[in-house]
Amino acid sequence: MNIMDIITDPNTRWILLGTMFLGLSSGVIGSFAYLRKQSLLGDTLAHAALPGICVAFMLTGVKSTSYFLIGAALAGLVAVFLISVLTRYSKIKQDAALGIVLSSFFGFGIVMLTQIQQSEYGNQSGLDTFLFGQTASMVMSDVYMMMTVSFILIFTCTVFFKEFKLLSFDPGFAKGMGLPVVFLDYFIMMLIVAAVVIGIQAVGVVLMASLLITPAVSARYWTERLHIMVILSGIFGMLSGVSGTLISTSVNDLPTGPLIVLSATVWFFFSMLFAPKRGVLSSIWRRVSTKKKYSLEQDRRKGSHSS
Amino acid sequence: MNDFWIILVGALVAGSCSVLGCFLIVRKMTLIGDAISHSVLPGIVLAFLITGTRDSVPMLIGAAALGLLTVFLIQLFQSSGVQSDAAIGIVFTSLFATGIVLVSLYTQQIDFDLEHVLYGEIAYTPWNTMTIAGIEAGPKAVWIVGSCFILNLILIFLFFKQFKLVSFDPSLAAAMGIPVLFFHYLLMSLISLTTVASFDSVGSILVVGMLIIPAATAYLLSDRLSRMILVSIGVGGLSSVIGYYSATILDASISGCMVGSAAILFGLAFLFSPGNGVVSLLLKRRKSKESHA
Repeated sequence: MNIMDIITDPNTRWILLGTMFLGLSSGVIGSFAYLRKQSLLGDTLAHAALPGICVAFMLTGVKSTSYFLIGAALAGLVAVFLISVLTRYSKIKQDAALGIVLSSFFGFGIVMLTQIQQSEYGNQSGLDTFLFGQTASMVMSDVYMMMTVSFILIFTCTVFFKEFKLLSFDPGFAKGMGLPVVFLDYFIMMLIVAAVVIGIQAVGVVLMASLLITPAVSARYWTERLHIMVILSGIFGMLSGVSGTLISTSVNDLPTGPLIVLSATVWFFFSMLFAPKRGVLSSIWRRVSTKKKYSLEQDRRKGSHSS
Repeated sequence: MNDFWIILVGALVAGSCSVLGCFLIVRKMTLIGDAISHSVLPGIVLAFLITGTRDSVPMLIGAAALGLLTVFLIQLFQSSGVQSDAAIGIVFTSLFATGIVLVSLYTQQIDFDLEHVLYGEIAYTPWNTMTIAGIEAGPKAVWIVGSCFILNLILIFLFFKQFKLVSFDPSLAAAMGIPVLFFHYLLMSLISLTTVASFDSVGSILVVGMLIIPAATAYLLSDRLSRMILVSIGVGGLSSVIGYYSATILDASISGCMVGSAAILFGLAFLFSPGNGVVSLLLKRRKSKESHA
């Protein structure tokens, strides 16, 4: 298939729309996660979704995306709760708590997944796609769901922009202003859970974190202002979603998730190299020009001394 | 006999991972272990594509190279102003994604599928045997993971003081003339080696569980680094035994069950550890309240 065929194919057009909105919303919420130093929370929540999906399948016995998403969301909430319990009631630090929850949930998830495989349900191919994501398995209602959740996410981030901004940069001050900091804290985590949940079908649980992290970091290179960063991050996420999906549908049998991740990485490298102020090239150029200026000045001084 | 071999391989994986995991926990770098265990994948695939064999030595080299590249890239991005956790996230997701794309592109040439990448094939290890000088010498995996375990033990034993000082007080270590960076990279290369040695049996993701969970359990049970390492090896071995038998009962993935049992052991330690557990904490709190009243 060439690009024109893909774009005119109505089915693919819907899927493209879905990944586009997914990239947009996870880029937006990812920028807040990045500024709050919670980037890897998304990774943990995505891995934690696996047992949730399996339990949903075992209980209902049907492959229904909405049940899976409910299961994944509940598992994500349990994971958030466990992380805060672990760090509060023991000497385990944040990073270790994330790692412990991530690997235990994923371990249990694999146990359940293989058990479903052995049992009489047999046909678990629908569950397999959740590991690395496969947009081909998406149907119309999934796309509607992704779009609805994305709209809600973006809408919430716009409405609570001021609060989230304050919380990201100065939680102490936010508390002093009388903002419900603990509530907002959990609220942002819930939004991350929502982004992860709609993302796992397209990107898969293993790599979902990338959609939250990479666009935000790329956007950070271009600007010092939060609202521009959030918009840019959404755009980077959107572009990665679109290009990843296009490549995956045009080349046979390539899983979509890794390709979306790699497109996001390309944007990251582009930003790292070419961003106007913080980019590598501009900082090299600045260094060279400062050196030149300095040596010119030295020369002039030497010249004035000798004369 | 097959049971024995599988449990032995599991225990050796758990042992060699948890020895290193203890250092990751005390250095607050557990997620670097997570990153390395993901990002060795393209190294393994490339080594396989170049040499065309599933021979262990090129794979070990490829994985170790990718492990070091991961650490290097994370440090590079960090020094260019990216937050450390985000740097870890970017590096491992993009390298792992590269690995998966390579696997899917060359599915004809590569005989491991994506599931194998994730959770290994420990159940088949007893049949993949090795012969040394014409004598049946047991499963290959036992030799590979076993030598990795012994290598880790020897290096940690020899340089225990250096590793300990570098972990707890890097500036003091530097002042005393210990090459901090060298030991940092040594630890990271050991992690990459261990990851790839365990790759075949427990898969790339579940290595993470063995790196973090037994060491975290030991961290709750002991206050001395040397004791912590011994306890973590014990916990790792125990979870391998429990994991194997629960897997046969549940008819599910063996490596998944091993990580699951490690998680349950961690949960028990979290609740009931004599010094640090939640229960003893609550008891202490109540006692101090009573003595107040």
